Amino acid sequence: MSLVIKGASLRGEKTADLLIRDGVIAEVSTGGGFETLVGARSSTTGESSTTEIDADGLVALPGLVDLHTHLREPGREDAETVLTGSRAAALGGFTAVLAMANTSPVTDTGEAAERIFDLGRLAGLVDVQPVGAVTRGLGGQELAELGLMARSRAKVRVFSDDGRCVHDPRVMRRALEYIRAFGGVISQHSQDPDLAGPTACCHEGELSGRLGLPGWPGIAEETIVARDVMLARHTGSRVHVAHVSTAGSVEVIRWAKAQGIDITAEVTPHHLLLTTDLLAGYDPVYKVNPPLRPDEDVAALRDALADGTIDAVATDHAPHARHDKEHAFVDAAFGMLGLETALSVVSEVMVGSGAMTWSDVARVMSQSPARIAGLDGHGGTLAVGQPANITLVDPDAMVVVDRATSASLSRNNPWHERKLTGAVVATVLRGAPTVLDGGLV
Amino acid sequence: MNKHLLSIDDLDVNDVSVLFDTAAEMHDVQRRSVKKLPALRGRTVVNLFFEDSTRTRSSFEIAGKWLSADVINVSAKGSSVSKGESLRDTVLTVAAMGVDGLVIRHGASGAAQQVSQWTEAVVINAGDGMHEHPTQALLDAYTLQRRMGTLEDKRVAIVGDLTHSRVFRSNILLLHKLGAHVTVVAPPTLMPAGVTAWSKDAGFETSYDLDEVLPDADAVMMLRVQRERMNGAYFPSAREYTVGYGLTRERLAVLKPDAPICHPGPMNRGLEIAADAADAAQSAVLDQVSAGVAIRMSVLYHLLAGEESGA
Repeated sequence: MSLVIKGASLRGEKTADLLIRDGVIAEVSTGGGFETLVGARSSTTGESSTTEIDADGLVALPGLVDLHTHLREPGREDAETVLTGSRAAALGGFTAVLAMANTSPVTDTGEAAERIFDLGRLAGLVDVQPVGAVTRGLGGQELAELGLMARSRAKVRVFSDDGRCVHDPRVMRRALEYIRAFGGVISQHSQDPDLAGPTACCHEGELSGRLGLPGWPGIAEETIVARDVMLARHTGSRVHVAHVSTAGSVEVIRWAKAQGIDITAEVTPHHLLLTTDLLAGYDPVYKVNPPLRPDEDVAALRDALADGTIDAVATDHAPHARHDKEHAFVDAAFGMLGLETALSVVSEVMVGSGAMTWSDVARVMSQSPARIAGLDGHGGTLAVGQPANITLVDPDAMVVVDRATSASLSRNNPWHERKLTGAVVATVLRGAPTVLDGGLV
Repeated sequence: MNKHLLSIDDLDVNDVSVLFDTAAEMHDVQRRSVKKLPALRGRTVVNLFFEDSTRTRSSFEIAGKWLSADVINVSAKGSSVSKGESLRDTVLTVAAMGVDGLVIRHGASGAAQQVSQWTEAVVINAGDGMHEHPTQALLDAYTLQRRMGTLEDKRVAIVGDLTHSRVFRSNILLLHKLGAHVTVVAPPTLMPAGVTAWSKDAGFETSYDLDEVLPDADAVMMLRVQRERMNGAYFPSAREYTVGYGLTRERLAVLKPDAPICHPGPMNRGLEIAADAADAAQSAVLDQVSAGVAIRMSVLYHLLAGEESGA
């Protein structure tokens, strides 16, 4: 069976037709018609086995890769499952997602990682790649079975205690040294718990002072980023900074990269657009960790994404059951949905403003994340011979987000009723469409 | 007047003046031997308290009873998270019993505002975390106005743990509305985040030096310092706090003799306020307590008397 994508603008540049056969990009044609498709027609089953997607006016991107997703299974299947999260991911244009380890039980063994991996393959909509915990039970003290997770069928390469910071410098150093044996990377939730109270729930600043909400200062993130940069230099290991949220962190990362230190970073769509003043109504839908920051941080994050200081956009998709958000603000759960809206937000904020091209979007939402996670077969260039993981985007489509129509089981959607430009039309995983015309196949 | 009283921002100057006028009438009722008025007969007011409180709860309870409302106290101590029930469910459960007014005290900032979005009942904020305590600010301003005639152009010093104080946050809004010039005084560690920008926007002054502020003050409001802030967490010792920021006997001598001294209670005598200051003729502490009942009667009356019964 083969698939033809007609007239797509490849990464926003030249327009071409793509022929996909056996899950691989077989031909890229700018002249109209395919050499091998003709042969296939005459010799075997003919045109009935060829699906054609009219991609006139659409941009083709290598399938999107999310470095940071919470799928909640096992443990909180009322909020999300690997299947429902996979649906949301496919609708968002993703062909691979990394599932964070803070489930119940925690993904801190090879068996646990294989289970997530298998559930992902069973759902079959995106490649679900488990992230392993750095420390046992996310306890922050003893190393989890990093090597066994790496040797498992899931081939775990990214480790993270996300939700918590690997705070103890001794533990962080040992983990960084240890993962060198198998080329791992630690994705750090940079937040020094000693620089904020246990109930910190928002950005510490003028608004938190007025609202009487306990806050996290930006420096609680920045001091850990700075420490980890120096640990990365010392150990020669890779550190990935998850959800960078402040201008100060950006400065440190820029400096580190200039020194040649092996550090990468991601930013979430919500930190590129939403600001701390949304908290004025105490609506827990805007409660997220790291917190929404002021305008000046948002501006710095956009600049850093455009100039390559920040390598990737990652959603930090964090579904929560309704009753876990319907508490007083300080008591409510942290996190917001992001998989289905990420591309639209990046389109609106970065492409719409002229700060980035679609080729840049391919870099920050597919190629760099795939490289950081070591995912073979993802993050390609849409060239012949590569696995056909492809996302088609209508750059001009106007979307009004409606939380009720989400494929996620949860509704903690901060984008509800927001108007965004740019939408995913189709997603193709190894030659098989998972999404067509904006709906699941 | 707005339906709810969640924040001082719900009131304009005219609302405040109406509330004070009614409070003055209620104050007279308090001195009668028979105190009961029929204004809220048939109305049900629930004091829904998620946090321990003696004086605010009993003040609201007396206020409601003197207005002939049926007042029920519901103590829901402990966070709803630990009980496995969401705040929304707790509130809907209580409201479903047929409640006209919900007086809510919660340890979390913003709780009263959230609750008001979930129920048809009138919501009165009796203190939400570190955010606001509007009836406290009303009774403070009412007390000061009765003592001083007016707050217009008066200098008021608010001294103490500003970071954790809902009394301060409500007072700063109300005193500004009424034309007073406010200076807040605290050690830097007890100043709220972003106070420099905030004070510029909101029109108040900040100082770390009580001795510089006190001689010019026309009134002084001392805030309670919680025990858990001590032991080196926010300042080195109780002794050091008193030397820097307590209204001591020595400082009492510097204060204008007619300047009222307020404290929302409960007082830590010897820590933020010396006994001499608490018991001085210029102390307004007990006036505040009696004004509290009058103000809460006034608030309950204005928010509930005109409403159709929810039953």
